[in-house]
Amino acid sequence: MFVNQFLFLAAILFCIGVYGVVARKNAVLVLMSIELILNSVNINLLTFSLRNGSTDGHTFALYIIAVAAAEVGVGLGLVLLVYRNKRSISVDDLSEMSG
Amino acid sequence: MLFAEQVLTPLSSGWFLENAWLIPVIPGIAFAMIILIGKRMPMKGSELGVISMLAALVLSVGAGYQWIQRVNSASEEQFVSPVIKSWTWWQSGGFEFGIGQHIDGLSVLVLLVVALISTLVQIYSLEYLRGDRRYTHFFAALTLFSGGMLTMVLADNMLLLLLGWEIMGLCSFLLIGHWWEEDVNSKAALKAFLTVRVGDVGLLVGIIMLYFTANDWTREHLGVSGFSIRGLSAWALSGEPNSTVIMIAAIALFIACIGKSGQFPLHTWLPDAMAGPTPVSSLLHSSTMVVAGVFLVARLYPVFFVGLDILGDGGNLIMIIGGITIVISAALAFVQDDIKRVLAYSTVSQLGYMMLGLGAGAWMPAVFHIFTHAFFKACLFLAAGSISHSASHHSFDMKRDMGGLRKVMPITFTTWIISTLALTGVFPFSGFFSKDEIIDNVGNNGYGLFMIIGLIGAFLTAAYMTRATYLTFFGAPRGASAGQSVNDVHDHAAHSPVAHGPHESGALITVPLIILATLALGSGFLNATPFGESWERMKLWVEPRSEVVVEGIAVASESVVVSKNYSPQSEEGHASSVCGSQTPETGVCYAPKLNHAPFKWPKAMISLMIVFLGMAISWVVSFRLYTKRDPKFVGLTQRVSVLRAGHKLLVNKYYLDDLYEKVIVRGIAYPIARTAYWFDQKVLDGIIHAVARSARLVSGWVYRNIDQRIVDGAVNNSASATKYVGGVVQPTQSGKVSQYGALLFSAAAVAALVLVIINT
Repeated sequence: MFVNQFLFLAAILFCIGVYGVVARKNAVLVLMSIELILNSVNINLLTFSLRNGSTDGHTFALYIIAVAAAEVGVGLGLVLLVYRNKRSISVDDLSEMSG
Repeated sequence: MLFAEQVLTPLSSGWFLENAWLIPVIPGIAFAMIILIGKRMPMKGSELGVISMLAALVLSVGAGYQWIQRVNSASEEQFVSPVIKSWTWWQSGGFEFGIGQHIDGLSVLVLLVVALISTLVQIYSLEYLRGDRRYTHFFAALTLFSGGMLTMVLADNMLLLLLGWEIMGLCSFLLIGHWWEEDVNSKAALKAFLTVRVGDVGLLVGIIMLYFTANDWTREHLGVSGFSIRGLSAWALSGEPNSTVIMIAAIALFIACIGKSGQFPLHTWLPDAMAGPTPVSSLLHSSTMVVAGVFLVARLYPVFFVGLDILGDGGNLIMIIGGITIVISAALAFVQDDIKRVLAYSTVSQLGYMMLGLGAGAWMPAVFHIFTHAFFKACLFLAAGSISHSASHHSFDMKRDMGGLRKVMPITFTTWIISTLALTGVFPFSGFFSKDEIIDNVGNNGYGLFMIIGLIGAFLTAAYMTRATYLTFFGAPRGASAGQSVNDVHDHAAHSPVAHGPHESGALITVPLIILATLALGSGFLNATPFGESWERMKLWVEPRSEVVVEGIAVASESVVVSKNYSPQSEEGHASSVCGSQTPETGVCYAPKLNHAPFKWPKAMISLMIVFLGMAISWVVSFRLYTKRDPKFVGLTQRVSVLRAGHKLLVNKYYLDDLYEKVIVRGIAYPIARTAYWFDQKVLDGIIHAVARSARLVSGWVYRNIDQRIVDGAVNNSASATKYVGGVVQPTQSGKVSQYGALLFSAAAVAALVLVIINT
């Protein structure tokens, strides 16, 4: 029971994140949803680390937080540039790669 | 070994003998130079030919002189070993082919004759062929021709001999067909070449047989290969060879001699070879080419001696062929109108004498006849050429264009008469000393029938030569000789403006004639048996002595001891000979012991009487027939049926040409050609057509089914499939990030599901 609660929480967070990435049009919200996904992964890592009595998961979680911060920085920079060019931050407008 | 101490005299040698191999090399180099730079030389290359021949002559004279010294340095019955030099030509597997010289009396004699006559003929040709369109090539071929003969003469092994032999065959083709623009000439050249080739097969077979049977013996005993002439001579007389094998080999070699020396039944090419320029006929018929066959028999005499049982009972192949040739060709000479053809048949007949002599064990007289015959026959041909050049507008027809020429051409006439007397064998001209000796020795060795054939031949020779002489030089001038202008069919020799009308030829023609006539008159005295032993110089110098030789030390055989006191009448001289009739117990023999007939004047008188009788009868008949037009004689061959049949037979040359061309060539070659054509048309073409047709069918099917359907279909279908798939998948490339994300996550979910299912 102890582990399942954490895993359920992580799964719910993951699903909310995926929903946000797929359904939301706002690029900032998409970025936030990606943060949710990353944090659900962090919860998973910490859960299994606790269960196995090792600190590897904690180390990974710390790394992921650092990388996520950098990623958000890059992502917000992109959003800013897109807004400057398009006057919109809707991801549906960014369909130049359409085949 | 008893007499070893008496014969250990060292033999003298000298530069000319040691370096005799240069003699054929010089004409060879001259040939190459004439071909390469001859046309740019001031005399169009002819000077190179003449100079090379003169050089060869000088070297030959030197070699002859030193050979005589060598013979004189030997003791009386010692075998004078030949000067042999040998190098390896090329090697192949276990076979080693040598190249080198074998100089003995026979080589030196023939070298001298060839070099001398070639020189004179080349000088003669300077005038005779002046202005010819292929002047340079003529001299090139003439020089190479002499070079071939010289190579053959001093070859130390059979392969080198074969090389010289074939060079001559090629050059005779080139020279006989020199004026190939006329169909007759090129046909004659082909005929000469092909007829001789028929015989050459025999030469190859003989050489190969001798090599494989003799090689082991010669390697073991003499350390030379089975091609070596010295080795083969010793092997033949060693008692080693199987009599059947050596007989077949000797017959094979003799077939080559028949072809080359124009013996019956392959003599037919020789008269046709008259199509060549006269100097060529002269060279071809006197000292080179036709003499090659006789020379081969004389050179490998031990092989023929043992193989064909010379001196055995009854006749042998060489004698029979020689005897037949003498008579049939002499008879043919009577029906020829062409002066050169008369001489050609005369050559064939004289070669028959040489063969008869060799076959009957009369080696020395036969070889001596090569020597004397070369001079007078060369002289006769050159005289005939002189007549046609200066008197008869290049016609050789005695009946139409000659007659009464003795007054306008005194030098030609005199040389002709001297040579004719030499040819017919009148004392003291050279032919007497050689031909009479042959006839005499044939009789002395117990072949009475062949002696009579020889005498008949002498009678016929005297008669046809008298007829030719009468028609040419006596009676009234006819045709061109009478100054009648005829259309000059030969435009090959440019005339100087004064050359029209019969006149004596220039110095370049008469000087060779005079030299040759002098030799025809005098050369007989080199071996004049009638004057006793001391006159028989040629026998001393040339004839190899039958002595048993051991490892370089000569051991006088028993026979030699006997022959010291040898008197021709005594019986035991022949019986106790070792070489030839018995196997030598120690050492080897190089020459069989031969007898020499003692000269007797009564016998010589008989043959002289026969000759004079022949001349007289022929003279009377010719006079009555050609000058008086006596009705008893004119048309005799038409009126009397026996004579008519004989005349017809002779005019048609015994139908031998018909036999060869119509029966043998048609009978053998035509069916072969027809069968080959049929095979080609039906079988080969059928196969090819069938293959082609099936290939066409198969390729059509392949085109339609494999290429069009499978290969093209695969390409086209894959392209359209790609297009279709592309069309189907295209909507996924919407460019909408959220859609991509949805796809990504659903794919990840599917992958996770699969992972879970696999792991449980």
